[in-house]
Amino acid sequence: MKRLLLSICLTLMAAVHAGGIEVYNFDDKAQENVYKELVDELRCLVCQNQNISASNAELAQDMRKKTVQLLKEGKSKGEITEFMSQRYGDFVLYKPPFKASTAVLWIAPFAFFIIAIWLMLRTIRARKQENELSELSDDQVKQAASLLQSNSDKDSKTS
Amino acid sequence: MAGLFYFVLGQMNDGEYDPRDIPTEFIGRNAPEFALPDLFNPEQVVSPSKLKGQVWLLNVWGTWCPECWREHDYLLHLARTRGINIVGLNWRDEAEEAKAMLVRLGNPFSQVGFDPDSSAVIDWGVYGAPETFLIDAEGIVRVKHKGAMTEKAWMKKFATHFTGNK
Repeated sequence: MKRLLLSICLTLMAAVHAGGIEVYNFDDKAQENVYKELVDELRCLVCQNQNISASNAELAQDMRKKTVQLLKEGKSKGEITEFMSQRYGDFVLYKPPFKASTAVLWIAPFAFFIIAIWLMLRTIRARKQENELSELSDDQVKQAASLLQSNSDKDSKTS
Repeated sequence: MAGLFYFVLGQMNDGEYDPRDIPTEFIGRNAPEFALPDLFNPEQVVSPSKLKGQVWLLNVWGTWCPECWREHDYLLHLARTRGINIVGLNWRDEAEEAKAMLVRLGNPFSQVGFDPDSSAVIDWGVYGAPETFLIDAEGIVRVKHKGAMTEKAWMKKFATHFTGNK
């Protein structure tokens, strides 16, 4: 058992080693924080549902490298997102800016929510009306009872 | 619903629609500048600004990219029989392997920029290979095609820009 565990550990270590951990030296803590924010917010264009901090795609590695390089040149966070979206479009930003081309993206969820509420209310109202129609009023019940009564009287007379 | 699904699937199979496609930012913009060493002749600099005045193609490729092998014959045909100036952009590759591929299959490129660390590739907004751009005589990007170059894609997107010389 011990041997098995040891071999698993060794295999995992080898895997980590093969993955290659990138080490960047930042000028200060603030710069490192901006870097962390950026790599979380930039989308990997190769594995499109990952950000570049999670992706091991080669392009993502190079985009991280580029991000560091731009930071060291003294570029701000806004300038770097601008740099990336000029090249890869708003798609590269996990949080796209609100503008004409992305308005649908931002508004659609709320619009769908409102439509859903409206449909729900309409259905509820329609159902209520249907129930009211099918229910008999007290007068109608009395009328039906007397009709049945008179019919059975007739039946008893004829028989 | 099933009809829509079938339609979209058909478009994907025809290569007309790719859900992973990202609209390019470069149509109508100036070709981003780079200065890369030539694959075969590292002292020589490959640079878009040197090509002003002619219509040319920039083809991003790598030996690791299967579609690049598939489109290679067609690129050769474009260069040899139609006289199209194709500049290669070799991306994230080993120089020796890249050279070996061109020696073995034939070289459709007038020159090949060597870009092992994606410096020019990021500036051109490239995210996959192969990708082919058309740059006009004023140095403006007019067309971008993602995926292998084929006769169909050529006729549809590129051919009209070359009416001048062929």
